[in-house]
Amino acid sequence: MSILDKFEQLRHTFERVGSGGHNPFSVAFDRIDSATEGVVDGRRVILLGTNNYLGLTFDAHGIEESVRAVQTQGTGTTGSRVANGSYAGHRQLEHDLAAFFGRRHGMVFSTGYQANLGMLSTVVGRGDHLILDSDSHASIYDGARLGHAEVIRFRHSDPEDLYKRLRRLQGTPGSKLVVVEGIYSMLGDVAPLREIAAVKREMGAYLMVDEAHSMGVLGEHGRGLAEAAGVEADVDFIVGTFSKSLGSVGGFCVSDIEGFDILRVASRPYMFTASLPPAVIASTRSALQRLAEDKALRTRLNDNAHRLHGGLQRLGLHVGPHVSPVVSVELEDVEVAVRCWNALLDGGIYLNLALPPATPTSRPLLRASVSAAHSPQQIDAAIEQFARVTRELGALPAEAPQIDFAPAHASAG
Amino acid sequence: MKQISEIREQIISGLAQARPDAPDINGSTRIVQDLELDSVAVMDFILSVEDRFDISIPLDRVADIVTVDDLARVVEGLCNAERA
Repeated sequence: MSILDKFEQLRHTFERVGSGGHNPFSVAFDRIDSATEGVVDGRRVILLGTNNYLGLTFDAHGIEESVRAVQTQGTGTTGSRVANGSYAGHRQLEHDLAAFFGRRHGMVFSTGYQANLGMLSTVVGRGDHLILDSDSHASIYDGARLGHAEVIRFRHSDPEDLYKRLRRLQGTPGSKLVVVEGIYSMLGDVAPLREIAAVKREMGAYLMVDEAHSMGVLGEHGRGLAEAAGVEADVDFIVGTFSKSLGSVGGFCVSDIEGFDILRVASRPYMFTASLPPAVIASTRSALQRLAEDKALRTRLNDNAHRLHGGLQRLGLHVGPHVSPVVSVELEDVEVAVRCWNALLDGGIYLNLALPPATPTSRPLLRASVSAAHSPQQIDAAIEQFARVTRELGALPAEAPQIDFAPAHASAG
Repeated sequence: MKQISEIREQIISGLAQARPDAPDINGSTRIVQDLELDSVAVMDFILSVEDRFDISIPLDRVADIVTVDDLARVVEGLCNAERA
């Protein structure tokens, strides 16, 4: 008997997934050469699964600022902001974020995961109610579990179901907080935020939107889905991450709510963890400035998203319902998906494999994410490899899927 | 007041629709293990039960449900609490 015996089934699944070549859940890069290229096991690959939406990980100004910060302020803060104090950069980044989103307050967390943990476990408490979209990211579910509010789910992106659940809670004491994401990370689908905001208004709930995958992607100014849907005034809390469009690591929340700063001494995932090091703060500030000023990045990202989504759809593959930088191909069978993923990697395309139960439909996904830094040739190379691999491995669906044009609110950019 | 026997019958009838090939579903049938429903199917089933009885089952209560009877008891508690 071992304390780890309970993981036997998981170990078996993990080993089986890796038995066909590379293990999709433990890929190790020999080298990363740019925002779009790296080397795995001696093979050059196009990076098509890194959520590096704006391609800013190698931005020259960001690197320069980061180097300067490490030289002048050292490698780390060695503790939490509550215990060790904040560096000027922490406050400046919070100010930058609040200004970018047009909000009064901003708070920075050490990862995007912790931003959700920190907010959801704290903003609502015992006697309050959290109403989560059923396809919420693990960090949202985990944040809900860490806190003491009563947690219920509504059907994914279904405003009517949300309405029904808020109606059932009418007359029940306690605050109600609805949580949705801008772009859902698995299928790249976009939340019907205008309708959700209308429900929230009518029923008197608070609304939090996780813009992790939509910041820098959606909206005229890149402020995410709330901006694109024209409902920023209805969104009480925006959370997000620095590890996607901003090319670093960390998370944040911005809000206009009165008394926001009390959360700094109430939110345990904020208080009891080391704060972000100066180099990360510096590159994040630089990337945020570039995101705000360089609209061409979003245009290129959007073009690439359409190019990949359209190309894969024309092959007859089942792609997600909306065009967004997350482009996922749904396959029928896990074994075939693992073989396709390996063959794509051998063919020079690195992307993500997502397996049930982490997928929304009980089916495996080959999940790609495009970047503004991809060239059209790289996207075309990926489509060619998808065509070859899915044909060779018999992964093309028997019937051509129905072409599903994205609704007006759903297009990226 | 909703009777637990009536609730149990309706849950069993719902599960029989979700798993038409499952043999004899009763109060002690374990929803995940015995019926081999995956997590998405379980979630869809719970959402349909919530619709049927016009309730929302909090997630911490869902985690404690193993058998049909466990689910029936939770549904009964929520139905009757809301109508009390």
